Amino acid sequence: MSQPSISKSMTIGESGLAVVFAVTAFLCVIASAKALDAPFAFHAALSAAASLAAVFVIINRYLDRPAALPPQEINGRPNYNMGPIKFSSFMAMFWGIAGFLVGLIIASQLAWPALNFDLPWIQFGRLRPLHTSAVIFAFGGNVLIATSFYVVQKSCRARLAGDLAPWFVVLGYNFFILIAGTGYLLGVTQSKEYAEPEWYADLWLTIVWVAYLLVFLATIIKRKEPHIFVANWFYLAFIVTIAVLHLGNNPALPVSVFGSKSYIAWGGIQDAMFQWWYGHNAVGFFLTAGFLAIMYYFIPKRAERPIYSYRLSIIHFWALIFLYIWAGPHHLHYTALPDWTQTLGMTFSIMLWMPSWGGMINGLMTLSGAWDKLRTDPVLRMLVVSVAFYGMSTFEGPMMSIKVVNSLSHYTDWTIGHVHSGALGWVGFVSFGALYCLVPWAWNRKGLYSLKLVNWHFWVATLGIVLYISAMWVSGILQGLMWRAYTSLGFLEYSFIETVEAMHPFYIIRAAGGGLFLIGALIMAYNLWMTVRVGEAEVQMPVALQPAE
Amino acid sequence: MSFWTRHQVFEKNSIILVVGILLVVAIGGLVEITPLFYLKSTIEKVDGVRPYTPLELAGRNVYVREGCYLCHSQMIRPLRDEVERYGHFSLAAESMFDHPFQWGSKRTGPDLARVGAKYSDDWHVTHLTNPRAIVPQSVMPGYPFLSHNEVDPDTIADHMRTLRTVGVPYTDDQIANASADLKAQADPENAGTDAFNKRYAKAVVRNFDGKTGTPTEMDALIAYLQMLGTLVDFKIYNEKANLR
Repeated sequence: MSQPSISKSMTIGESGLAVVFAVTAFLCVIASAKALDAPFAFHAALSAAASLAAVFVIINRYLDRPAALPPQEINGRPNYNMGPIKFSSFMAMFWGIAGFLVGLIIASQLAWPALNFDLPWIQFGRLRPLHTSAVIFAFGGNVLIATSFYVVQKSCRARLAGDLAPWFVVLGYNFFILIAGTGYLLGVTQSKEYAEPEWYADLWLTIVWVAYLLVFLATIIKRKEPHIFVANWFYLAFIVTIAVLHLGNNPALPVSVFGSKSYIAWGGIQDAMFQWWYGHNAVGFFLTAGFLAIMYYFIPKRAERPIYSYRLSIIHFWALIFLYIWAGPHHLHYTALPDWTQTLGMTFSIMLWMPSWGGMINGLMTLSGAWDKLRTDPVLRMLVVSVAFYGMSTFEGPMMSIKVVNSLSHYTDWTIGHVHSGALGWVGFVSFGALYCLVPWAWNRKGLYSLKLVNWHFWVATLGIVLYISAMWVSGILQGLMWRAYTSLGFLEYSFIETVEAMHPFYIIRAAGGGLFLIGALIMAYNLWMTVRVGEAEVQMPVALQPAE
Repeated sequence: MSFWTRHQVFEKNSIILVVGILLVVAIGGLVEITPLFYLKSTIEKVDGVRPYTPLELAGRNVYVREGCYLCHSQMIRPLRDEVERYGHFSLAAESMFDHPFQWGSKRTGPDLARVGAKYSDDWHVTHLTNPRAIVPQSVMPGYPFLSHNEVDPDTIADHMRTLRTVGVPYTDDQIANASADLKAQADPENAGTDAFNKRYAKAVVRNFDGKTGTPTEMDALIAYLQMLGTLVDFKIYNEKANLR
């Protein structure tokens, strides 16, 4: 934007947002005073404080900035906006460690129940949503926002759209996490798995998410490349579909606008179907499509090889997003959900195996001609192993969706093991790999502080994953078999509590695996911190822009 | 023009790409979810299922708040071992007034769909306060604090009104007497128990936690647990009529 005049004035965005936040602060103070329950009062007060801080920051930023907004280009090169990316990367690491730690705590609680300490705030039932939300939405979400903002700028060769908007997205999203997380500890929950936050947190997330979509889309629209890069299709599908799922699964009526409790519009069987349509596609679009976008950008970039097959990526994309959305009912096999819905869910879950492996092949074969790099580059190794884990869990998933298999696996730890081979192996490793690439890029460093530490991270975390998932496979299948075991006289062989007792050693192994994974993340945090603190700055070479291939 | 060339319309036009994504992801959900709202066979015809009493509802909210559904399912599958262990497989009708549903997805502890009337109130009080006092190998957290938290009888009517808006058939009478009914159900000496029993068929009036005074969350939670799975009488349930 050319700004010939020297006179400095607030943009519409700055003044508008400042006014909106000032009004919000005022409304939140009233809500806090009139609150019917303590958690709502606390959250309203927190929102008031955050809104006031936002007003202060917006005005302060305005006073400090030069009259002209940052230019779109400097010397013919796009002036990329790295601030929000740096913030999101930092928060990803922070929430990652917090989420892994809470995971370790609840794993230990299952092995040693005394660790619940008979206290409401830290008992398993409240910490478990904190763990899942912290790792999926806080860690994973920040990784997705950071990488998507980076990839969309680089692959469109355009500065991120908006001046305050990207900051609104990253700060607003993390504030949502704060509200959701503190809410769980205080007992504020809708009890819908992976959609536990109550109505006011959901409303706020909706606003933030629309802003996210607009920033992302507006950046694509002003791109300098004729084609939209593959990774951006996946990011778009992730952002758009998560919005649809969020709205579909969360319509709730609050008991009072001054209280935290609400009742969901859907009941019984319809609620169950909506929930797992949402739940499975939170996996499909948040934890898969979004992270496949990371795969499609970071693996080619790190391996310095082009994507194996462009046509395969087209088929992969459309087949994946079309088939995934049907798979939800496999979470409800043999329940009161009608058989036709279960059968549809199972059929599409099995078909889903194909695009999943198509994507995996596309990712792995990208290394053609660069396989030797796996020996020398632990970051690339992490990315590639993540894709291997993706392949493994996307085979296991369709298998578990077969009704006969599901009759054994459902309700057991096998499901937990399956989830974690995807979550730790695929989402965790691809995120770590992406952050190891992104931090030096965003902070303009030559490279990582220590590749040796990455290697340590890789092996410690891999060992942790192996311990975790094998413990859960054994305990899950064991439990499933014990539940259905009959004596020769035709009586059930085991009481329920005997099956609980049999789990104990596996719960200890699982906790040990989780502990190793956490140690790996701590090594990573130190490595990234040192990269930013003492890493050598990369000298910007004046490069002529390459035409698109 | 080949398929690959045609596809460029998505690759070069972000809005068309977004519309394409929306259309493609809409199909599966529409096909699987919409019929559940109008296919008559989706929910069985059953006698006995009623909305929760005020005390049971308060107890259910405690169940939701403490995340019980994370370790306990409320959905018995029609498999031999489950039916023998827990009782008749769950019907869709049994959770038709559940906002939200509590079918769960994991059995770290046993299924609770038919836990009602299986154990005494005393058992539940002791077990919820310290599970290992009764079952030494249990890994369930203790919930001693429930005995100290009183249920607010005055706000429960608002909850029932909200539920009525989303489709639970509470009557005006039930909502008007919510606060009195909440107290009556936990106190057999209460003068309002007869009127309460008329409003809620098969509801049990007992002093669930054994303590006098305003009902506690312990009262409420046990009242809820003790009614789970007890509403449908399977001796007279017509399985043939509801074959799906």
